Amino acid sequence: MSAASPPAALTRRSAAPRRSRWRRTAVPYLLLAPALLTFGVFKAYPVIDSLLLSFTTGSGTATHGAGLANYQRLLDDPLFWTALRNTAEILVVQVPLMLGLALLMAVGINSALVRWRTVWRLGVFMPSVTGLVATGVIFAYLLKTDDGAVNWVLNAVGLPSVDWLGQPVWARMAVVLVLTWHYTGYNAVIYLAGLQSIPRELYEAAMVDGAGPIRRFTSITVPALRPVLLFTIVLSTIGTLQLFDEPYVLTGGGPDNATLTVSMYLYQNGFRYFDFGYASAIAYALTLLVTVLGAVQMRLMGERDT
Amino acid sequence: MTSKNETSKRVNPLKRLRGWPLTFLLAGVTGLSIAPFYWLVVSSTRKDTEVFDWPPKLLPGGHLGENLDHLQQKIGLLRVVGNSLLVAGIQTLGALVVALLAGYAFAKFRFRGRTLLFALLFSTLVVPEQVMLVPLFKMMMNFGLLDTYQALILPGLCVPFAIFLMRQSLSSLPDELLDAARVDGAGEFRVLFSVVVPVMRPVLAALSIFLFLGSWNQFVWPLIALRSPEMHTLPVALATLHGNKSNTDYGAILSGTALSTLPMMVLFLVLQRQFISGLLAGATKG
Repeated sequence: MSAASPPAALTRRSAAPRRSRWRRTAVPYLLLAPALLTFGVFKAYPVIDSLLLSFTTGSGTATHGAGLANYQRLLDDPLFWTALRNTAEILVVQVPLMLGLALLMAVGINSALVRWRTVWRLGVFMPSVTGLVATGVIFAYLLKTDDGAVNWVLNAVGLPSVDWLGQPVWARMAVVLVLTWHYTGYNAVIYLAGLQSIPRELYEAAMVDGAGPIRRFTSITVPALRPVLLFTIVLSTIGTLQLFDEPYVLTGGGPDNATLTVSMYLYQNGFRYFDFGYASAIAYALTLLVTVLGAVQMRLMGERDT
Repeated sequence: MTSKNETSKRVNPLKRLRGWPLTFLLAGVTGLSIAPFYWLVVSSTRKDTEVFDWPPKLLPGGHLGENLDHLQQKIGLLRVVGNSLLVAGIQTLGALVVALLAGYAFAKFRFRGRTLLFALLFSTLVVPEQVMLVPLFKMMMNFGLLDTYQALILPGLCVPFAIFLMRQSLSSLPDELLDAARVDGAGEFRVLFSVVVPVMRPVLAALSIFLFLGSWNQFVWPLIALRSPEMHTLPVALATLHGNKSNTDYGAILSGTALSTLPMMVLFLVLQRQFISGLLAGATKG
């Protein structure tokens, strides 16, 4: 085919305009077919089915319409509120802590004074490559009260042991610790790329104007990073709202439901009690939360971005 | 920390000296990031009775093989690793092809419904994965696919992020390159596979690492869709063994954890450039 001479190709082109037009119309749809098919069956259909299921009750095949009963039950379910409160507490502590640390890390690594910055960048990114189950297992052992390595280090510097997985508040902090260890470097690498795209002249001009390091940070670095900051804030918030793997492995939701998250409660209802209707209602409550929080954050931070 | 924003090229030796505290600080932070891996290496290579020695052991031992042996007896390690490799391999390849074709359509063709379809694919990004769990479970139950490889692979074939990334990278491909091949009489699919794919090899490589890692580590859905231990993937098998409080062979669990983690570390270290560029493509354009 590639042997066709240019004139022949040109005549072929003008001689078969209809065939080629048909081809040009059909080809994109053919290319999209696998994506649309898998999307339709395994994404779009489940999203709709889940909504419909949330208005039904019963288990297995013996289901019937229930109107808003599942949602009513949700509002009156103390365990759901516990799960929501736990998730919120972990979110409110973890996201600012992690992103603050990530920003400091990125600024540190980006400093001209620092040596071997590629090593640090690589090192802090490594935890995010680890699977969440592996992370959970490792930390479940590191955080053991009596003989875990973390408490050994705490004792070594003169601090008392912490009952990480046995006390409600500490168990939530253990989840925060694991999330922070896992994702901080990932966010730092994203910030670092953002920092490197800020023109150096901006800082030089600010220095000529007598701006100190803190002033330069707040009036140049932070505004320039706003889109990246927004991206990481929204992504971390959404991710933490859906928290499942880490508490599942680390604490199993305990002690006494202190680390039960919304996703874990969904899992329990759907796949331990096979209450599909109620699990779907929890799923849609979660979707509502994710959408509303995401939209609010975009509105608060994105508006001044033009 | 005082001059952290300075990026000027010429740094005099005195200033270099001022950089050392910051360098030490970063070394400490990096140490904290890596310490759990080091502990994992040490613990998975020692006798399982030594895992919780006080003070912790500092050097690796020679018991990795023994620990893996125990794990083979407990969870059928070889079979489980095989399951994970098979599922992740097929899913990566499938999702890569789906994303390549769709990304090519969005990047290089004008057609009716283009914007709408693109928006549609992305609308589910705001929907948490958990929403799909119950319907997917019901669907797989009805198809009789629970506890099969298909149940794990099929839902992961359409990855909107991958389609997005392919579209971004293919947009920067010059149209002249494609037109030249078309003038030569090559059909559209031939253009795609003999012209586009070779040029896109680095992007495809980066994307496949991402997809493979995501699939290798996926947990919730396999946990739900699988029943029999011989179908378990590595994360499900490890979480199950870990959750079984009567099992106290910590060395075995940790050797499995090391096995699930360290090959990915090596892959990451070898291919870190592609890895991080793939990550950033998602971050800066998302």
